[in-house]
Amino acid sequence: MNFTLNTPAGYWNPLLWVIFLIIFAVVGYIIYSRGNPGHKTGEQAKPYLSGNEEPDVEEIRVRASDIYWGFLEALKGYYKVLLAMHTGDIRDYVYWYIGVGTIIILIFLGGL
Amino acid sequence: MIENLPALVIAVPLLGAFTAPLFRKKPQGAAVWVNIIALVTLGLVLLLAREVLSSGTILYTFGAKEPGFTLPSGYRLPVRIIFEIDAMGAFMAISAALMTFMGALYSYSHLKGESGLEKYYALLLLLEVGILGMVLTGDLFNLFVFLEITGIAGSALVGFRNYRGEASEAGIKYLMVSSVASLMVLLSIGILYAQYDNLNLAYLAKHVSFNMVDMIAFGLLFSSFAVKCGAVPMHYWVPDAYTEVPAGVNPPLLVSTYASLYALFRVSFTLFANISWTLERVGWVMVILGILTMFIGVTMALVQHDVKRLMSYHAISQTGYMLLGVGVGLTVLHDPTKFQEFGRAAMAGGIFHIINHIIYKGLLLMTGGALFYVTGTRNLDKMGGLARKMPYTAVAFIVGAAAISGLPPFNGFASKILIYEASYRLNPLLAIFAMVTSILTLASFVKVFASAFLGPPVKEYENVGEVPRPMLASMLTLAALCILFGLFPNVVLDKLVYPAVNALVKFTTYTGWVP
Repeated sequence: MNFTLNTPAGYWNPLLWVIFLIIFAVVGYIIYSRGNPGHKTGEQAKPYLSGNEEPDVEEIRVRASDIYWGFLEALKGYYKVLLAMHTGDIRDYVYWYIGVGTIIILIFLGGL
Repeated sequence: MIENLPALVIAVPLLGAFTAPLFRKKPQGAAVWVNIIALVTLGLVLLLAREVLSSGTILYTFGAKEPGFTLPSGYRLPVRIIFEIDAMGAFMAISAALMTFMGALYSYSHLKGESGLEKYYALLLLLEVGILGMVLTGDLFNLFVFLEITGIAGSALVGFRNYRGEASEAGIKYLMVSSVASLMVLLSIGILYAQYDNLNLAYLAKHVSFNMVDMIAFGLLFSSFAVKCGAVPMHYWVPDAYTEVPAGVNPPLLVSTYASLYALFRVSFTLFANISWTLERVGWVMVILGILTMFIGVTMALVQHDVKRLMSYHAISQTGYMLLGVGVGLTVLHDPTKFQEFGRAAMAGGIFHIINHIIYKGLLLMTGGALFYVTGTRNLDKMGGLARKMPYTAVAFIVGAAAISGLPPFNGFASKILIYEASYRLNPLLAIFAMVTSILTLASFVKVFASAFLGPPVKEYENVGEVPRPMLASMLTLAALCILFGLFPNVVLDKLVYPAVNALVKFTTYTGWVP
């Protein structure tokens, strides 16, 4: 069976990719399995927070809304416009359709 | 039986839809009955597709002495309802039948205990009938009728959980937007009928004269189908509908969206394919809509923390890839050199992406539904550590997330690489936008995986477990398809996608029988 997918600029062979993936997985496993023989578990492995008690994991976990905070903060201006467009008002849904539909008709008629 | 397959493909699910309410007192009986009907329909559609792919386009005339009898004696015009099934229609029909069966199987457990299940299953099959009719018909008015069936069944399913205010609101919004778009489709049909006295697609395609009124009808059809397939900036109904609909309906609802995309392609490539002076312009409109849809969809997804709403914005974003791929092909359709160099590959990428996206987005929305089933919330902020409790769902999610992000060797990569390379040839900026969208998609799904499946377990969900087997079976089947389509893209391209591309491009094959 031919696995090679010819694309406009080259080709793609998923079988080769899988073979490389397996090789890298084996190498990764070998490194992982050698590990650190001196690694300790139990009381000594717990994080030390200047003598303070470790907070409950539920309190300190990163929530979905906080992930990519920096990215969203950097693009605040863009998102302000984008979120303002999403009003949830059905009349706006229809206005957008009428507006875009009109532009498309004008383009097709050669007016734009 | 073989010669009546096109009628059976519609009649069987229609029979199932009308008989499902008989199981009012035994809702699980309705579920089993509809699963059987959906499976039989899938079998019939596969038979029909095999016939189309081996023997070419099938014409089926309803009410004629023989199914292939398109022109009654003495007539020069087709006067009956005719189904015209080419490889593109067969490709879409397979998607519809497969996803309806997957949705019905998933719903068996997902909706256990809900009331009104007999109506739910009847509507699910009606939705399938609508989609199948849209992609098989060769008649413009028939297309409108099936578009209406799809819209009405879809909006009722969106509002199925009517004890939730949001579901009812989303259902009404979907119904309103569908109705306005359908009304404009009807208006454009009226315009064409007034001029040509016929609504057969092949007949119209051969006789349309591209005057100003025709172009207005084209614009109306184009924008109306663009609304129905959720192209930005007319996409607002999509997140409302996809979020509130029960997860078992998400896969067929996705296909119904792409049935409108199919109609958009059919109108552009078949009905108005001969307008060489403006076709490049139409292609660019499609490309620009594609870029807007991709980028705005994915950036809106990044800020969501409702798992299904986030995935719904990704559904919008992925539609952009299809518009981009097919739009690039349409732009160079009348330039044989460029079309051979990259236009055909672009179209193959866009059409291949339709089925890929239906598979992995159906899967992802089902995993979203599984999270809701187990936790009772869609809010990602409230989830955590669920991979230990739901290992199979987690694996299915990883496969779906990798596929949608275009990671090799999953199916999303195979179609995206064709789109990247071909759109680069038209304009490098297009490929850059497409790749940035993929990176943002990956970032977004890393967020979902990290917040729902990884991290410390949440005490509230200490005693939850894996979802029931029918839900797992449908999710794992779709995950397996993501891997198979990714490992053997050539098989899917050669058997299904390129014949569909040829069916769209070779205009004369569709219209050849018209005198």
